[in-house]
Amino acid sequence: MSTAFLSVERLSQRYPDGAGGQTTIFENASFGIEKGEFVVILGHSGCGKSTIMNILAGLAEATEGVVIMDGKEVSGPSLDRGVVFQNYSLLPWLSALKNVTFAVAARYPDWSKDQVLTHSKKHLEMVGLSADVFNRKPSQLSGGMRQRVSIARAFSISPKLLLLDEPFGALDALTRGTIQDELLKVWAGTNQTVFMITHDIDEAILLADRILLMTNGPFARVAESVEITIPRPRNRIEIVEHPNYYAIRNHLVQFLGKHSKELAGPTDAAENRPATVRIDKTAPAVRAPSRLAV
Amino acid sequence: MTDMSVNKRAAILSFILLFAGLLLWEAVIPGQKAAGELTEYERLTGGGAQKAGVPPPSQVLEKAWEQLSDPFYDAGPNDKGIGIQIGYSIYRVLAGYFLAALIAIPLGFLIGMSPVAYKALNPFIQVLRPISPLAWMPLALFIIQDSETSAIFVIFICSIWPMLINTAFGVAGVRKDWVNVARTHELGALRTAFMVILPAAAPTIVTGMRISIGIAWLVIVAAEMLVGGTGIGYYVWNEWNNLDLTSVIFSILMIGVVGMALDAMFGVLQRFVVYSE
Ligand SMILES: Nc1ncnc2c1ncn2[C@@H]1O[C@H](COP(=O)(O)OP(=O)(O)OP(=O)(O)O)[C@@H](O)[C@H]1O
Ligand SMILES: [Mg+2]
Repeated sequence: MSTAFLSVERLSQRYPDGAGGQTTIFENASFGIEKGEFVVILGHSGCGKSTIMNILAGLAEATEGVVIMDGKEVSGPSLDRGVVFQNYSLLPWLSALKNVTFAVAARYPDWSKDQVLTHSKKHLEMVGLSADVFNRKPSQLSGGMRQRVSIARAFSISPKLLLLDEPFGALDALTRGTIQDELLKVWAGTNQTVFMITHDIDEAILLADRILLMTNGPFARVAESVEITIPRPRNRIEIVEHPNYYAIRNHLVQFLGKHSKELAGPTDAAENRPATVRIDKTAPAVRAPSRLAV
Repeated sequence: MTDMSVNKRAAILSFILLFAGLLLWEAVIPGQKAAGELTEYERLTGGGAQKAGVPPPSQVLEKAWEQLSDPFYDAGPNDKGIGIQIGYSIYRVLAGYFLAALIAIPLGFLIGMSPVAYKALNPFIQVLRPISPLAWMPLALFIIQDSETSAIFVIFICSIWPMLINTAFGVAGVRKDWVNVARTHELGALRTAFMVILPAAAPTIVTGMRISIGIAWLVIVAAEMLVGGTGIGYYVWNEWNNLDLTSVIFSILMIGVVGMALDAMFGVLQRFVVYSE
């Protein structure tokens, strides 16, 4: 067992393929996440990202393998693991505010009504929502506002691990940008551990401490763990000027465009741990990207 | 005209249609002759009675005014005010209906939550549902031995199915993501049921309740014609036996008005629970 805050150990997921056999989505996947780390996972559609996330959330069970968080095995959902789904995270019959207060009240059952209300409003304001939208139903909010409410709710219960499944997938590029900024701002003030799925390479570089790259399914695996060697605080406009930005970006594009396919398929390894990749042009001795043995 | 709201224009059109309809009705009914004016021949062939039977709207309105100005008089078993008769019918409908809701909604919840319960109960529901509620009447009268309770039972049996089926359907169709929201917030079974599943399924459930109350009101008239005694259904039948067609038409209109009011109540409830995604 590794000593990471969250450790995923030899996780496999198989589903019946409808013809009497089985499809293996991923096999023997192992990786860890440190406390306070922001980890983003990138991979082609259908490789099993959401499946991994649902297992981390405790909403689904893996066919084999375990997830250990803070020394305890994950079994079933818990307030310790907050989730923001791509859509439908909010209950449509509750106002924005009520969507947060019910979570806060569930998290802190001994708080008074006033405490719950103040705490909830504080978090809604933190993501840039003003008081006049608090009482609107989700259907009366724009897509961006809705995801802000979801993020406010997730942070308001301070879970040990925050899971985000393509939280901005349905938003236009401009809205995406501003909400990414809000997310970074809110996250910077906490020591929140985040595990996020996205399809957007630039979003991943902006937000992540580390990016996990998955090969294509079936038999997908987490092949690489790319460190984002760009100091924080980061900013969408300035980040592109950092010498490491394009190097890292190129590496990711290459992986998703080429290696994810080449590396696909089953391996004989008993455990598929990602190779650590560190690209740093600012380091004194310039090294080529080093891919450790898989 | 063009800057008038759609509602206003529709209301004006409604009034025109009503007025034209009444006028037409009044016009096609030949003027009534008093019994004394009938010829011997007309009296023998019964022609006079038939003509006298279909009243013009003016008479119905007169009747309505007379009845509605004193709806609750009670002059013996065969002569009660329209208000009392409708009161009896509404009481029976609501009694049977709420008993049905009391069983259908919790049971529907269970069926919706559990695929096993759904599969196990489905054959029974499918067989029992298409039975005309009035077909139960003889059996109910025989077993219960009381016409009042039998009428309530018939209402119960006819209103249970739409509520049961809609509740089960609504509960089974609750979006998985909303249930997952409840699960990730550790809401527990009872709180999940009341905070997530019930509000999510409420529009479907209320639709079922609305269908049920409509059916119950349709059935009570027929049931009361069978069991007799009191109620609007009995009243219609009784006035028909008295050949008082003015009262028959008036009570038909009242059945429509009360049915509309019952439906409107559920319309309000529906607006209250509806949500858009
Ligand atoms: N219940 C299930 N039964 C069978 N196959 C399933 C089931 N759930 C998911 N899968 C399969 O598992 C694979 C991974 O699905 P998953 O939703 O995790 O993909 P993803 O990486 O999140 O994709 P995307 O980026 O499009 O969201 C898919 O090929 C999918 O068809
Ligand atoms: Mg997905």
